[in-house]
Amino acid sequence: MSNIRFEQIEGKSLGFYALIAGLGILILAALGSVYYMEHYGHFVTGMNNRIVWGMPHVFALFLIVAASGALNVASISSVFNKKLYKPLSRLSGLVALSLLAGGLMVLVLDLGRPDRLIVAMTEYNFKSIFAWNIILYNGFFVVVAVYLWMMFERRMNRFSRKAGLVAFAWRLILTTGTGSIFGFLVAKQAYDAVIMAPMFIIMSFAFGLAFFILILMASYQWTNRPLGNVVINRLSNLLGVFIAVVMYFVAVYHLGNLYLAENTGVENFILFDGGIYTKLFWYGQIILGGFIPMALIYHPATKGNRSMLGLASVLIIIGGLIQLYVIIIGGQAYPMELFPGKEILEGYGGVAQYSASLPEISLGIGGVALAIIAVTFLVKFLAFLPESLADDVANPHHKG
Amino acid sequence: MSKTLNRRDFIKTTSATTIGVATVASGITLTTFADTNKTPVTNEKRWGMLIDTNKLSEVDIDGMVSACQKEQGWGSEVHSTGSQKPGWIKKLKVKDKATGRISNLALMCQHCEEPPCVDVCPTNASMKREDGIVLVDKHLCIGCRYCMMACPYDARSFVHETLSNQKEHMPRGKGTVESCTMCVHKVDKGGIPACVASANSDAVIFGDLYDASSKINQTLKTVQSAQIRADLNLNTGVRYSGL
Ligand code: SF4
Ligand code: SF4
Repeated sequence: MSNIRFEQIEGKSLGFYALIAGLGILILAALGSVYYMEHYGHFVTGMNNRIVWGMPHVFALFLIVAASGALNVASISSVFNKKLYKPLSRLSGLVALSLLAGGLMVLVLDLGRPDRLIVAMTEYNFKSIFAWNIILYNGFFVVVAVYLWMMFERRMNRFSRKAGLVAFAWRLILTTGTGSIFGFLVAKQAYDAVIMAPMFIIMSFAFGLAFFILILMASYQWTNRPLGNVVINRLSNLLGVFIAVVMYFVAVYHLGNLYLAENTGVENFILFDGGIYTKLFWYGQIILGGFIPMALIYHPATKGNRSMLGLASVLIIIGGLIQLYVIIIGGQAYPMELFPGKEILEGYGGVAQYSASLPEISLGIGGVALAIIAVTFLVKFLAFLPESLADDVANPHHKG
Repeated sequence: MSKTLNRRDFIKTTSATTIGVATVASGITLTTFADTNKTPVTNEKRWGMLIDTNKLSEVDIDGMVSACQKEQGWGSEVHSTGSQKPGWIKKLKVKDKATGRISNLALMCQHCEEPPCVDVCPTNASMKREDGIVLVDKHLCIGCRYCMMACPYDARSFVHETLSNQKEHMPRGKGTVESCTMCVHKVDKGGIPACVASANSDAVIFGDLYDASSKINQTLKTVQSAQIRADLNLNTGVRYSGL
């Protein structure tokens, strides 16, 4: 392990500046959108009084969930003492923090009164899962920052395992909290399920790792550093397992719901006759975000191919966004059961309409851009990346 | 000791309640909307409403809606689309699937005793006064809309645009959430809500649920009434009969 040398990237190439500029434009566009939405009011968005959480929430929750999952690689190394992952720990912590920052930016800027952030920071209702989440998110920054410091500072290295344990526990609680945002909404048929929390945890594993793999491969490719097959194949396998488990949970969730008579309405809606939501569920979430990536990872023809792994990761990210869209928007679009046994002819009911507006989409993408720009800058200024991850370095005992 | 007001044990507990409150009174007095009133808001009262759907015509309900709009100043938003416009009180037409019977009713915030909106609000902007009225503190609301997600009655609205000509007693604000206040500004001065005043006094009764001598209490003892989504056990302050 002593032969792992961490080094900053040079960050002087044209490509580097082009990347920064491109991401910068996306972030500016997001800020412009926020100004537009705040200045005129949210009537310029696609939201309404039935669909109160729109596209920005899809991105924000996706990024927050992915953030905690991105820390997994570090956790596997610290908590489960897997040496192969140790050189990747620093980057894992960095990706986790960056994704969280991006997600929180979107969440905060989508508030009706983002100028009152200070209220959110000072007034807590401890009965609210949301208030707990604010504490959990802020705590995650601190815990992971300390963990990174333990890894960076040679004298502190011996504490890094303990810090890793704390960070691991914290991230599990954090994702449980995020999943519980929905689990606690008894009024909405689509959400009132205990399985939400564990499902979000496993979703976080898959989404976070997909991000991590893309960032890892891109940074090694663009800086011409060696990245061996040992690391890549291991991560690829892990990703395959995670996405399979996500699909298993989705199946259990929907089958469980179908079994409960009170939920058959919303299940039919999502699975069979929900129009756009049904299409997004089957084509987007299940096929594009599940089966195809699994095939790319495991099929002999594509297995071990890095471009295909990259494609699988991108599809998992897109599929994940679609999954959150179906959960968040679809769950709101389906009407609440106000009068069981009765039909509402007028005044409420029907499927609520929503189509995301450009500013909402732009704000969401801005969050992703913020996360990537943070990683890009920080790997330039601090030694996050091992100078080589070639097979003989990453795993000296590896044969062949 | 719990001071819930289930319909079944409503009659049993009403007399015991007044003794009970002395021990439960939390000492916290929410006077945000009641500063014109010298007497603090206490939990010796529980304001409620009983809506008799048999006695309300559609025209009556339209009248209630416009009385509320006029009183509280919502509904003249110019930019918001139909589904974005606030709706503090709505007219609902409901048909029984088995019998085909149609009833019309007015639906507004039900002023739940266990309000999910208050539970989920991260900043305590959604709050329940001691007398059971559920309000949004417009100065604490950050516009996260979690309360709207949590309300089982679709009772809350988000203000989608800049407003002008607001009522002095009702400072509404772009980017915050609002809902029926049970016309707390009138109730605190001894008045009754605007929607109640607009309907005939048999069809909508307003009053103190705990007060054994109040008309609402007496009527609830004699007629069949129901809470919407009673299965959620929120113990709503607004009750319906003839549903
Ligand atoms: S009806 Fe909705 S807004 Fe009113 S108190 Fe109950 S949960 Fe809150
Ligand atoms: S009590 Fe007042 S605020 Fe509530 S619906 Fe009636 S008129 Fe509107």
